Amino acid sequence: MATSPIIDASKALTLPEPLPLDSGRSLDGVRIAYESYGTLNAARDNAILVTHALTGDHHLVSPHPKTGKPGWWVRMVGPGKPIDTNRFFVVCANVLGSCMGTTGPASIAPDGKPWGMRFPVITIRDMVRGHVTLLDSLGIQTLHAVVGGSMGGMQALSLAANFKDRAKAFLVIASTARHSAQNIAFHEVGRQAIMADPAWREGDYYSYGKGPEKGLSVARMAAHITYLSEAGLTEKFGRRLQDRAEKTFGFDADFQVESYLRYQGLSFTDRFDANAYLYITRAMDYFDLAEEHGGMLANAFAGSRARFCLVSFDTDWLYPTAESRNVAHALTAAGLPVSFVELSAPFGHDSFLLDVPALDRVVAGFLGEAR
Amino acid sequence: MTLRPDLAVIADNVASGARILDVGCGDGALLAALRDQKGCDARGMEIDAANVAECVARGLSVIQGDADKDLAFFPEASVDYAILSQTLQTTMRPDQVLEQLLRIGRRAFVSFPNFAHWKVRTSLLWTGRMPVTRLLPVAWYETPNIHHATVNDFRDMVKARGIKVEQAWFLRGDRQCSAAAASFRAEHAVFLLSR
Repeated sequence: MATSPIIDASKALTLPEPLPLDSGRSLDGVRIAYESYGTLNAARDNAILVTHALTGDHHLVSPHPKTGKPGWWVRMVGPGKPIDTNRFFVVCANVLGSCMGTTGPASIAPDGKPWGMRFPVITIRDMVRGHVTLLDSLGIQTLHAVVGGSMGGMQALSLAANFKDRAKAFLVIASTARHSAQNIAFHEVGRQAIMADPAWREGDYYSYGKGPEKGLSVARMAAHITYLSEAGLTEKFGRRLQDRAEKTFGFDADFQVESYLRYQGLSFTDRFDANAYLYITRAMDYFDLAEEHGGMLANAFAGSRARFCLVSFDTDWLYPTAESRNVAHALTAAGLPVSFVELSAPFGHDSFLLDVPALDRVVAGFLGEAR
Repeated sequence: MTLRPDLAVIADNVASGARILDVGCGDGALLAALRDQKGCDARGMEIDAANVAECVARGLSVIQGDADKDLAFFPEASVDYAILSQTLQTTMRPDQVLEQLLRIGRRAFVSFPNFAHWKVRTSLLWTGRMPVTRLLPVAWYETPNIHHATVNDFRDMVKARGIKVEQAWFLRGDRQCSAAAASFRAEHAVFLLSR
């Protein structure tokens, strides 16, 4: 293992041209915050783009600037890790609409005030357009691979469908080619919680020093449940009480699971912008790769020459195995080389971020295959 | 690494550079051999997740799936050879799986244990019990082999379906044996089929 720091300081690109959006609008002066690790080789063909999930960011293996916690995928990315920075040049960019450095609703609009709800509604494909512009500026024509879990997987699939020659391989973990009614429903609960908070002020809360923290934390609590498995929650908390011997016959957090969720909700508000949460969840809800391609998912990949790998987890009920299998079948029908495996892991949707040794082997094997 | 005898027969008779789909590819031994030694575009399907993970870790393109259900998604005539080794007898509908193989592949290799091998016959005759042999090592109540067939059964089925037997190989132990009295003497059969 290298002991020298592998971290390049966080970087940012300001796009020279307006970024066209699916909504028909366009955005001027978009800034894309990103990090890179490892070294781009002379042939410029060893780059891997890692795409992040809903509340993720570009701090892949470097500490989060606000929380100080280790990067979100330190267990997967680094020297000698499955995504090996001794071998690959790894790029991770904060998505359009987010709040961690890339332009989003909390950014300043041309009139000098925060965008708020004036920010255009964006899509997964818009995020991908941002990534591709970044690749252009880095001089990377063809990626060795794109790797993403959850919403990161949606970006990977969108890139595969819309920018066919930009990557040789796509690794899509715990993801889907379209948001289901249930996915949209959970997101709508979160959005309504934010918008029902008086402190939201129609999204124009930035000058008040206080946002809709209550609403955002409820949104996070609801979402967090969908990231875990029932068995995982039972094992971690069961019906155990929080620092007390008896139920209080009140509405304090009697149960450990309540206390845990409240903490998750509250700590989330320290690091995330409520409007960004609205915009990114909307982008995910709008995602339907088949719809973009005449209703046939296989058509989305026609003409591609890439390799694909889909991984699902048996306890993930947010993007269950059937969604990954659906993508694998479409890729099969398109005649493309595709791998698909449902791994067993107890952590629900969050399994892609946690200790699942079989995932490490699959990732290393898939990326290591030279072509 | 040495391939299982029936897989070695298949590997020897696949053209270099061919496109392959191995249905029930296990840990990917045949796929890896065909890729590394014959430059094949070798892909697989396998029902067991641990095996699929092993295949992907070896850099193979393998999709987790069930031969009875998931072959329908493969395009017609998309490979030169569809391979089904020691899997036919585990499927719900061997006849339909065979039709799928010959829809997807221009040719199909099918290998299976011969239930009419003399050891099986004598075991059934003398003990009156379902045989447990080297190739069929699991007791009847827990075996994945739900559709045992004999060489003659198989020939009857392909004939009735208008499928052509291009070539057949028979194995006793780890060695090939002659087609003469194969129904009785072969532990294992490998057929190359086409329409």
